Amino acid sequence: MALIEIEGLEKAFGRHRVLRGVHLAIEAGSSLVLFGPNGAGKTTLLRILATLSRPSAGSVRVAGVEIRANPEGIRRYLGLVAHMPLLYDDLSAWENLRFYARLYGVERPEARIQELLERVGLWPRRKELVRTFSRGMVQRLAIARALVHNPPILLLDEPDTGLDPQAAEMMTTLLREVGGNARTVLMTTHHLERGLALADRVLILAGGRIVFDAEATAVSYSDLRPLYDRYVAGGV
Amino acid sequence: MKRYLQVIAAIWWKDVRVELRSKDIFTGMAVFAALALLILNFAFELRVPDKRMVVPGVLWVTVAFASVLGLGRAFISEKDRGSLAGLLLAPVDRSAVYCGKMLANLVFILVVELFVLPLIVLFFNVSLISLPLLLVVALGTIGLAVVGTIFSALTVNTRAREVLLPILLFPIILPVLVSGIRMTIGLLEGDPLSKLGNWLQLLLIFDILYLAIAFLTFDYVVEE
Repeated sequence: MALIEIEGLEKAFGRHRVLRGVHLAIEAGSSLVLFGPNGAGKTTLLRILATLSRPSAGSVRVAGVEIRANPEGIRRYLGLVAHMPLLYDDLSAWENLRFYARLYGVERPEARIQELLERVGLWPRRKELVRTFSRGMVQRLAIARALVHNPPILLLDEPDTGLDPQAAEMMTTLLREVGGNARTVLMTTHHLERGLALADRVLILAGGRIVFDAEATAVSYSDLRPLYDRYVAGGV
Repeated sequence: MKRYLQVIAAIWWKDVRVELRSKDIFTGMAVFAALALLILNFAFELRVPDKRMVVPGVLWVTVAFASVLGLGRAFISEKDRGSLAGLLLAPVDRSAVYCGKMLANLVFILVVELFVLPLIVLFFNVSLISLPLLLVVALGTIGLAVVGTIFSALTVNTRAREVLLPILLFPIILPVLVSGIRMTIGLLEGDPLSKLGNWLQLLLIFDILYLAIAFLTFDYVVEE
């Protein structure tokens, strides 16, 4: 059985239909990368999975449980890295992670926070306010924040947005490390090469529908680029 | 239940900590309150024979308007920095998020009142420091924080959120303000609190009613 099962998912904001019947099954431990133009519905899909948005129709099940039936329970299994870092500028890196550890009821939070800050290379700057951090550092801390409760599912919504190439490369390496076989990763990005490097499976979402779905090993950048350009230009 | 209370405490701690560092909310509220009191003091200086006649109105109007500044920031700052989603991802019933934010707002308004009350004594030469009056102010403040927090969440996704909040808040909060003003008048005229039982009951009922409504509706208010 798939860890995440999405069937006939639809979402409309007023008369504007963002998702138009998405069907998707994601196996446990897989890394799935979702490409798509702006407005394709990628963020909306992730927000519904994260229980931040209510679907208009269809069903989403995590480990066989309908997310609307037990949203509090589902949230424990999810970590989200969104466009915005979900961090507080006036708190230090340590205080931010301590706050989120308390929200999730993490046991022995000090050890977990130290482990994460060391992993993302921010341990020496743990006492500094987030407002003093570069965009790349903030994004690394955002990943640490999303992992503070060690969730089996990690949702990443364009985590490389606004990063310079060096910082983006560091982010890719970090995501490869935190992914691993034990964690299921669903990531959206516009960056095809980076996405392909991280994915077991790639999809293209356009016009609120999944229009392409393939194993990452079965598709190359040169195959994917024209397909992606066609959907972006065509607004399918 | 323990987890629920932990989340409330964590959010309250975070808001207080951020405010102690930034002083964004308190500075705005306190400066506004001081200016309002100064203007009202000059406005009533020449024509009012006994300033006790206007002090109840001055107190509650100043507190209500200053509160709107702080209440508005409660969710606007979370929304603008994108951290609201982080709170809503907490694996507990979302009423805990409401409760944490409401208690932080309550503290901010109470701190501003600690600043406002001596200023009123100074400007209007009327003694306001009595236990019954402080109780009335505290109960009225709870009503303001309860309703203001839910409306702050409700208006945060709208374009004219700063304008919309007071327009929605003040008609709803009217029973709380009227009860507060009536009891303040009575207490300044020397009535014991027991004589003002009807107003006290009204204030308590509205506090509890609004709190129950806010608990039940918060999840719907914040979810897309």
